[in-house]
Amino acid sequence: MHTKRDISLPKGREVKDSKIKYIKKLLGKLPIKRDMLIEALHLIQDQEGYLSKDNIVVLAEIFNISRVEVYEVASFYHHFVILNEGEKPPNKIKIRICSGLSCEIRQSSILKNLINEKFKDNFHIQSVPCIGNCDKAPAVQIGKRSIENADFNKIKNYTTGPFTPQIPKYETMDKYLKSGGYKILKKILNRKVTSEEVIRVLSESKLSGLGGAGFSSGKKWEIVRSFDKPRLMTVNGDEGEPGTFKDRFWIENKPHRLFEGALIAANVVGCEKIYFYIRDEYPACIEILKRELDKLKKLNLVTVPIEIRRGAGAYICGEESAMIESIEGKRGIPRHRPPYIAEKGLFDKPTLNHNIETLIWIPEILEKGSEWFSSQGWTKLNHGLRSFSVSGRVKCPGVKIAPAGIPLEDLINLHCGGMQDGHKLMAFFPGGASGGIFPAKMAKKPMDFGVWEKDGGFIGSHAVVILSDKDNVLNAVKNTIDFFEHESCGQCTPCRVGLNKISHLLKQNSFDKKLYEDLNYVMRDSSICGLGQSAGNCINHFFKFFNKN
Amino acid sequence: MSNQLKTKEKKVTFYIDDIEVTSNSNETLWKIAKKNNKNIPHLCLKDSNNYRPDGNCRACMVEIEGEKNLSASCIRYPSEGMKVKTFGTRVQKNRKLIFELLASDMPLKENCPDPNSHFWKQYESIGLDKNYRLPAGRPGAQSEIPIKSILNDISHPSIAVNLDACISCGLCERACREVQVNDVIGMEGRSHNSLPVFDVKDELGNSTCVGCGECVQACPTGALIEKSFMDSYGVKREKYPDEVKKSLCPFCGVGCQTEVQLLNNDILSVNGRNGPANKGKLCVKGRFGMDYVMSEERLTKPLIRKKESIKNPEIKINFHNYHAHFEEVSWEQALDFAANGLMKTKNIFSGKAIAGFGSAKCTNEEAFLFQKLMRQVFNTNNVDHCTRLCHASSVAALMEGIGSGAVTIPFTAAEDSECIILIGANPEKNHPVASTFLKNAAKKGTKLIVLDVVKQNLMRHASHGLVFHPGTDVSLLNAMIFTIIEEELYDKEYIKTFTEGFEDLKSSIKLYSPEKMEKICKVSSKHIREIARVYSKSSKSIIFWGMGISQHTHGTDNARCLITLSLITGNIGKPGAGIHPLRGQNNVQGASDAGLIPMVYPDYKSVTDDEIRLKYEKEWDCSLDNNPGLTVVEIINQILKSNIKAMYILGENPAMSDPDQTKTRLALSQLEHLIVQDIFFTETASFADVIFPATAQPEKSGTYTNSNRQIQIAKQIRTPPGNARQDWELITEIAKRCGHNWKYKEVKDVFNEMSIFMNSLNNISWERLEKEDAVCYPSQNINQPGDEVIFSEGFPTKSGLAKIVPVSLSEPNELPDSKYPLILTTGRLLEHWHTGAMTRRSYDLNIQEPEATVSMNPEDIKKLSLIRGEMVRVETRRGSISLILREDRNISMGILFIPFCYLEAPANFLTDSSLDPFGKIPEFKFSAAKVVSLKEAV
Repeated sequence: MHTKRDISLPKGREVKDSKIKYIKKLLGKLPIKRDMLIEALHLIQDQEGYLSKDNIVVLAEIFNISRVEVYEVASFYHHFVILNEGEKPPNKIKIRICSGLSCEIRQSSILKNLINEKFKDNFHIQSVPCIGNCDKAPAVQIGKRSIENADFNKIKNYTTGPFTPQIPKYETMDKYLKSGGYKILKKILNRKVTSEEVIRVLSESKLSGLGGAGFSSGKKWEIVRSFDKPRLMTVNGDEGEPGTFKDRFWIENKPHRLFEGALIAANVVGCEKIYFYIRDEYPACIEILKRELDKLKKLNLVTVPIEIRRGAGAYICGEESAMIESIEGKRGIPRHRPPYIAEKGLFDKPTLNHNIETLIWIPEILEKGSEWFSSQGWTKLNHGLRSFSVSGRVKCPGVKIAPAGIPLEDLINLHCGGMQDGHKLMAFFPGGASGGIFPAKMAKKPMDFGVWEKDGGFIGSHAVVILSDKDNVLNAVKNTIDFFEHESCGQCTPCRVGLNKISHLLKQNSFDKKLYEDLNYVMRDSSICGLGQSAGNCINHFFKFFNKN
Repeated sequence: MSNQLKTKEKKVTFYIDDIEVTSNSNETLWKIAKKNNKNIPHLCLKDSNNYRPDGNCRACMVEIEGEKNLSASCIRYPSEGMKVKTFGTRVQKNRKLIFELLASDMPLKENCPDPNSHFWKQYESIGLDKNYRLPAGRPGAQSEIPIKSILNDISHPSIAVNLDACISCGLCERACREVQVNDVIGMEGRSHNSLPVFDVKDELGNSTCVGCGECVQACPTGALIEKSFMDSYGVKREKYPDEVKKSLCPFCGVGCQTEVQLLNNDILSVNGRNGPANKGKLCVKGRFGMDYVMSEERLTKPLIRKKESIKNPEIKINFHNYHAHFEEVSWEQALDFAANGLMKTKNIFSGKAIAGFGSAKCTNEEAFLFQKLMRQVFNTNNVDHCTRLCHASSVAALMEGIGSGAVTIPFTAAEDSECIILIGANPEKNHPVASTFLKNAAKKGTKLIVLDVVKQNLMRHASHGLVFHPGTDVSLLNAMIFTIIEEELYDKEYIKTFTEGFEDLKSSIKLYSPEKMEKICKVSSKHIREIARVYSKSSKSIIFWGMGISQHTHGTDNARCLITLSLITGNIGKPGAGIHPLRGQNNVQGASDAGLIPMVYPDYKSVTDDEIRLKYEKEWDCSLDNNPGLTVVEIINQILKSNIKAMYILGENPAMSDPDQTKTRLALSQLEHLIVQDIFFTETASFADVIFPATAQPEKSGTYTNSNRQIQIAKQIRTPPGNARQDWELITEIAKRCGHNWKYKEVKDVFNEMSIFMNSLNNISWERLEKEDAVCYPSQNINQPGDEVIFSEGFPTKSGLAKIVPVSLSEPNELPDSKYPLILTTGRLLEHWHTGAMTRRSYDLNIQEPEATVSMNPEDIKKLSLIRGEMVRVETRRGSISLILREDRNISMGILFIPFCYLEAPANFLTDSSLDPFGKIPEFKFSAAKVVSLKEAV
């Protein structure tokens, strides 16, 4: 038994010339290069609301690559909807309702059901992982328009549009220049200060990588510089860690500080191009960056070309090597190490990768000196300022610039106006979904790198989610595991299958501690990247701190 | 990810399970462990140098002292002093959990598509049993494959897909994308939904899959498996082999080594062996096309034509009705009858009234015996074979230019080359495994220049894919030569040391500037100059060509240009540089080497050379004809003139393969005595007076020489059906009955006799071949591999120099006009071999291309108001055939393409039998034609 193929055509799905013309027109001036594939998919998805298989085949033809290469990329990213034959095309405008923990505890799933009931005929309604608006939970996006503290009526009001991003007020280039912006960059460009000097200041400032790994920035610059040119730079704006929204905060407030930081880094390290990778959940950020980059180009300060790339809905692309794969237009699958990206990164070139916030601090550090920054810690053991993304049961959630090492209690009381009325601190995630969940009694410990590790957690991106006695820790754990299960890239067995098993077991309300421990064991020890290695932290903590019965 | 940096090779000393080991630093821990007798379990790793380890399954994790996490040994390299543990509590706990995780999502072992798979063997080897602790992750897991499972796909004729058993290890993806570069399989989605897909998640049978089956050979679970093993639902394995034997693929000139699984003498499945030419790979024909051997249409009894049966040029006899025309007889009767007929002809007319067609499908030994029979027994050089129809012109040019008809470098050298020109060849269809080396080279950055008269899929991998106008090869190539000379990109030193004739070239080439030639060949002068520069500036360049070059009345000129390109740039005789006409048949090189050519003895020694002839006369104790014999088309012409009366045709099918079939078939019907020796009742057999049922390739032993000059041995692995006999025995029987008492006891004796005459076999003995399976000739030493790259120090010509032969433009014999406005070109399909005698009798192959089609550009179809899929009539000055219209965007406007394998619509009724003056090859690639809808025609 087999299918009889249509012998009036060559093997495989037909390519229609008319479709080629249509897609070519749609792509417009987009450069047809392999690494632009995701951008091309976005253009079709934005226009049609989905990707038909025929159009995927056409895109493969235009890009001169195989069909499956396009299909596998399209199917990897959540923001692309592939339409099967016979399926009804989805509505063009999506309503995305965040299912992240901070939104979940504010009943986003109930909201989703309500919205789905009322608007499913006119909109494509999706429950999506954290969209980085945790301080304004529940967060919703309709088209590219963000709805903060959403409720049914608010959403209803937005159903008539506009669906374009709302651009917040930010520090414009003029304003930034007036306040002394780009001064440091100009000094470097005019060789008023040597690269070695810049690196020394940076190292002494003890600025660590604030994407979550905490690696010394000065040291990173030295390492990347030690490899042969050409070198490249990537800017990781894919903050997908649930509870994290500080990078969005910075782009939406100080885009030029970011550009200056990036250009300083690229000039000092000797990178010949900078790629900004911004998550697609942040359309306003992408718009701001594009707009301001155009202005900046006129000042002749963009001495290193900058390209801005759109993510497509994949948490794993926050992992630097997965992000690099994505910039190359591929599935966002983490690479094996060694080699490290510093040696062989984007397009196999030595690559300097930085988180947004890390770059934000650089101009100020170079202006005010290393001592200014390094002495900012809560105690002498902590160094610098940090942007904490605080969400959950506090009075004033939001991005809080606070000294590194500040204990959670103080962060809540001094920066967040205390707990929400009627709520008592019960548990918290110090570093987003992957950093583990800890009980209130540990709220006196310093919030810094190297503290939480001995208890099987970490501070990571400083995404602090506060749970109270009104919340259910087990539900929070389930939410977290489901997130990771959904976001696992699927490459390695322990993460791909292990998370699926844990998710199943939790749904079955299993409390077989040994089984969870075994699954955690293999995930931690044998997964390729940090996602699988740390995804089980919350389960471990659940048994360790919360499941005394 | 292919990002594991390979450190430069150096020796390191480290520890595996506390044992000190010294090893190369660029070898993986897994391989080093294996060498030290530690077999670390593996799933996503295929134990072969041809597959990149991917490190995703995490079955091979080892503990490295001082590291936080375990490490995948398949992608990890040792460093000095490293302490590695391949077992221990931690390692084993992880390992068991990995297998437990995977098994918990698969059907129970006994319900898996292949309970015997690598996965289950490994699962049991680490001491796991059926004790499931984990919840099932998909329907049917830990039980059986659900009925109508969405993960089951049996749409492909040869491959069953049951992703219920898939462990997402990606080996199929690497097989398809990295090993074969067919680019059909990818991994869909992410998380636990990450599973293999074909194209855009199409059914495998409706995808662009070319059926190479590399995925099947790679799959560790049986999720992708040969249907030949399976029940009718393609879900459960039913068949297991009772024998596994080494063999060779019988199809094209690539010469893939195979491993054949047999059950009750039937071929059940075929895998690729790690041969020098295929490195474990196969294509659809070699893997899934071997069922022709078991066809019920095999000839099993000798046949003699009934007296009342009249030979009719319109073939009316076939497998189903031949008993009305032929009588089954004993071997004695058949052989006597055959021999008597030949002797009668010889006695009445002379040996020159006899001709023989040997076969490029048969062994070297059979080719040698066949030409010996014609020369020694019948005193004629009228012996030829189908090389005349494929590369005769290339060989003519090569002999003239460099004194040798063979390739100077193997196709596997593509990977050492910086620039490859492929012209007039479509190896993805006709030499699929050879094309994988080209594609892999291109992926690694080798500049690949593909020149053809139609688009082809290989152009997707090319740095330069250019379509030129049919029949204008010389203008394009001369313009390239012009550029190289004008821009002084030639290799002065090489030209001075190794060639003659450059000055003539330099003056004659002046007429052919790219700016003038672009109007003829329809490739812009900018592009011509660019490819000429790329080719000449790279330090190592290879040229590959095929029938698109040779099958023209100016075929020899085409090949001369290519030889000139390589000579003036010094791109010959060094690693990564050379010329390689891709040989078509599995043994066309060997059959030519063995003297199945009318003007030469074995090793291309001229029949007019007295010294040579005397040696043969002495050894064979006879007198030999010193006149060159007739070539294929000449023989057909001489039959019509009644100068040839009798023929012995062994394994060839001129009633399909030769041009202008109206003429060819008329000629065959006029023969007074025709012996056909074949495994099937071919179209040619319908003209026979006597038919010998012969053996198929797996049923006999002998040697074959592939396109790379690699001589390979294949032993009999299967008993022939009925009374079918060994071909070499039959030739010997005829010789005996014609008064020459040949005394060969076995095939080896023939090989040994060949060694007496053929210097090319120096240091290559039968025993050596038995031991090594393949040896490249020439071989300088019995202990060393043969020379893959030849002519590094001059050429086997009289002067020792290569001769540069300038050529001028000539047009095809017949140009399109108002009556026949289109250009017809013929060729092959991936699934069908040559005249289809074998492949159309293979179920798996024929079902993929079951009907004759003519391919046309969609714009042309629209212009002529035709509809794809309808029956059309294609007509030339020589005849017409009716077939189905196929729409193909690869075909250029104004061109028709017809494969010549369909008996129902033989393309060679249309082709032109005009010959190239040097190679005597017909112009298969160019005829003026027209096409009309059959609806209109009625």
